[in-house]
Amino acid sequence: MTAPTRSHIKTLKIDGKDYSGHEEETILDIARQNDLFLPTLCQIDGLSVAGACRLCLVEVKTWNNRLVPACTTHVEEGIEVLTHSERIDNYRRMILELLFSEGNHVCAVCVSNGNCELQALAQKLGMDHVRFPNLRPVRVVDMTHDRFVLDRNRCVLCARCVRVCDEIEGAHTWDITGRGIDARIISDLDTPWGSSDTCTRCGKCVNIYPVGALVEKGSAIGEMVKHHDFLEYIAEMREARE
Amino acid sequence: MTLYDDLRSMADTEHEKERRYGYCLRVCTAAACVSQHSDSIKKAFDAEVKARGLDEQIQVKGVGCMGLCAAGPLVMIDPVRDNTLGPTLYEKVTVEDVPEIVDALAQKQVVERLERKMDIPFFQRQVRIVLENSGIIDPENVDDYIAADGYQAFSHALTSMSPADVVKEITASGLRGRGGGGYPTGLKWSTVAKASGDVKYVICNADEGDPGAFMDRSVLESDPHRVLEGMCIAAYAIGASKGYVYVRAEYPLAIDRLKTALKQAKRKNLLGHSILNTEFDFDIEIRLGAGAFVCGEETALMASVEGRRGQPRPRPPYPSDHGLWGKPTLVNNVESYANVATILRKGADWFAGIGTEKSKGTKVFALAGQIENTGLIEVPMGVTLREIVYDIGGGTPQGTELKAIQTGGPSGGCIPADLIDLPVDYESLVKAGSFMGSGGMIIIDNTADMVNVAKYFMDFCKSESCGKCIPCRVGTAHMYNLIDKIDRGQATHADLDLLLSLCDLVANTSLCGLGKASPNAILSTLRVFRNEYEAKLLDGHVGAQPEAK
Amino acid sequence: MRNQTNIAAPSDDKRWKLVEATMRRNGYRPDALIETLHTVQESFGYLDDESLQYVARKLRVASSQVYGVATFYHFFTLKPQGKHVCAVCTGTACYIKGAEKLIEEVHDNYGITPGQTTPDGELSLVTVRCVGACGLAPAVVLDGETHGNMKPGQMSKELETAINKTGSAEPVSHTAIPEVMPQ
Repeated sequence: MTAPTRSHIKTLKIDGKDYSGHEEETILDIARQNDLFLPTLCQIDGLSVAGACRLCLVEVKTWNNRLVPACTTHVEEGIEVLTHSERIDNYRRMILELLFSEGNHVCAVCVSNGNCELQALAQKLGMDHVRFPNLRPVRVVDMTHDRFVLDRNRCVLCARCVRVCDEIEGAHTWDITGRGIDARIISDLDTPWGSSDTCTRCGKCVNIYPVGALVEKGSAIGEMVKHHDFLEYIAEMREARE
Repeated sequence: MTLYDDLRSMADTEHEKERRYGYCLRVCTAAACVSQHSDSIKKAFDAEVKARGLDEQIQVKGVGCMGLCAAGPLVMIDPVRDNTLGPTLYEKVTVEDVPEIVDALAQKQVVERLERKMDIPFFQRQVRIVLENSGIIDPENVDDYIAADGYQAFSHALTSMSPADVVKEITASGLRGRGGGGYPTGLKWSTVAKASGDVKYVICNADEGDPGAFMDRSVLESDPHRVLEGMCIAAYAIGASKGYVYVRAEYPLAIDRLKTALKQAKRKNLLGHSILNTEFDFDIEIRLGAGAFVCGEETALMASVEGRRGQPRPRPPYPSDHGLWGKPTLVNNVESYANVATILRKGADWFAGIGTEKSKGTKVFALAGQIENTGLIEVPMGVTLREIVYDIGGGTPQGTELKAIQTGGPSGGCIPADLIDLPVDYESLVKAGSFMGSGGMIIIDNTADMVNVAKYFMDFCKSESCGKCIPCRVGTAHMYNLIDKIDRGQATHADLDLLLSLCDLVANTSLCGLGKASPNAILSTLRVFRNEYEAKLLDGHVGAQPEAK
Repeated sequence: MRNQTNIAAPSDDKRWKLVEATMRRNGYRPDALIETLHTVQESFGYLDDESLQYVARKLRVASSQVYGVATFYHFFTLKPQGKHVCAVCTGTACYIKGAEKLIEEVHDNYGITPGQTTPDGELSLVTVRCVGACGLAPAVVLDGETHGNMKPGQMSKELETAINKTGSAEPVSHTAIPEVMPQ
């Protein structure tokens, strides 16, 4: 007796409409393929997923209205997904408020002004004020590198720099020290970036960073434009080679 | 004759020798008593008994926890062949008391000033499965464990049961995870058993991180082989050949006893290759935690075993299918494993006959806080909080009244005193706004300020947040600041509202269970003790008075 | 693969042999990182850059990752501890019974907060999350020895005795969080 071959294609509903996807694909993949907007910050195609920023949370009606991150949740047959609702949008705005309250995110004096993913998300989601007092953690700015600057006060701890340096460049210069609200980005043994003997000066971390925490030296306010198309190409080529 | 029979007869021969003594003098050598120098007391007894030439009549034995830690160091004298003197328990024993106790014993008398009567509910109301050997056997002697039917269940499973039979038996027993959530253990085992792959792992979660909880530590210190046997049986059932015990570095004595137990088990071929002459191979290694509460979460725990930062990752994929180094992995806690051998030995039906319909068996609790009988107890599921607090625990200290009972650690909540007749089972505790947790039970009396209690737990959650997801990392920091502001009397209703919406956000959007549970301390105290919050607000309701001193 | 045994220890201090033994026992696998850091701290009292760098190279783990792990876990300390270590338990039972007052008392008398060491290097104050001596709450572990049912005033006396007893002797305890059990 042979069992019928199991289908790898799943059909699901997103915001009331029918879609289909391969079981290896996530809800975020399907949303993007169909131009449905989902906010993301820690996720970027070409790097491993972290599921950390919680901005892409969607509500799955068929799972008791549970909230799950679209970036790590694979499609399943018959699920009904809601990408926007008053509840989800409120949560997303509040998460952005928390991020803004965590560091120095004053756009007017930032080199990434106008080219910043956090700023764009705040505009798009209508986060126009922050109800929480700024936590003002004292974080060191590292200016020791000859080409780049790390301003930890603008860091959102998405760990995209850590992942690109480890997974794509293979140097693992970056990591995170401490934990909780004291966590911050470090190079090597929390030693100056400029004296790092692991950094290859490739600049991938700078280009991939969503905000103005990692920038090119000498950029003026609003000048820092980032390019991360390279990531997709590298990822595709690696896939082809495997 | 199988190898187990050899082990057993060797152990029984040793045991026979013990039966020739007149009395067995047991000295507790678990951490609470050791910290009061019970190790020196044991040495003093050894020397005293020997000096008087009584070493043929009196056996001095270091044993595990007897439960009544508040009265430590504890010494128990049990009649073996000589019945003139009944079982006698001595409390708060010092090295100076040793000659007097030996004197009295030689004359078959009792030192009344040190005696703790045992006909009290603390001892009589307990039902001991996990703790059946605690305080009785020598935790550093594998023969003692074997003579008490130890490793019999494992041997029986290896030789006469299929792995599927073992899973079936555990499922039928109704055992649920003792680490907190209460997930059915049998279901977990069958999921990992069915997962594809040749390499599978068994992990014992001994990262008892809840402050105020010391059940797992006590089990490891008092009866480490019981935990190893449970892991061995689990490994056989799911097809694993490697296991890890992840234990807190803050428990040096438990680690020591575990190391000793592992060595002994290997020497007896209860671990290693071709265990007990069968084709089953299994080995266990110890991994030390390093002070991170979040490592009690299974994905964080596995990251830590792999030598990385203990940060959780989203589930699915679940460990049962993608766990340690990407392989199917079974994670259970100490107490869950400690139930396994007894279930196989006495049968699933016997186990299922204890407890309630949905919560089977017993639960070990660490009683602490404002209570007379601080210590370790094991009770059948379904007993009421009243029986635990008043009968077994002896109530709050004189002159104070019970206000709340905190269960489930920082992820749990406070149950108010008027729910004292609540039965203790998984569902009832959740309904009351708390949860079972690993078994820490902190008794809070009316001298406590509940806002301050909530602040204490919030401080804990904030400093234990791993920092990976935004709601928990930044949310707990603001939650702490807001409750601190309330506690200092500088907050308004607007602050309280903001705090509540943060609680809602963090509970619903955090990555892992610890983040999701971090608002519980605030939510559970606010629900019942709202007047205490109101009294501290600048614009609080008129007439609201702080209850605390 | 490079031969990991060829990377030399930072000095000929015999304690490195213990560290080396832990790594060898674990086949120099990267997952032995936390185990190895435990041995370094047990042997040297704390983790400095030199030891972190050495362990990183031996286990082939990025130095930033080693630093990230060493600072994630609060059991590890990157600073040398004082000659005497006073660990106040802040578990729930001890909190309920007044652990805060004990911390305040040390602060009042020695001017240090948890995590700090007196300028003369005599005393470090740390807090620990439950030493499991809840029956003796509030509990303080002073140089590896647990003192239960501590009351303010009483602890000052214990501290004074401990400090006067050893004077400028060798450090009594090497571990950041002293052990409940003398081993």
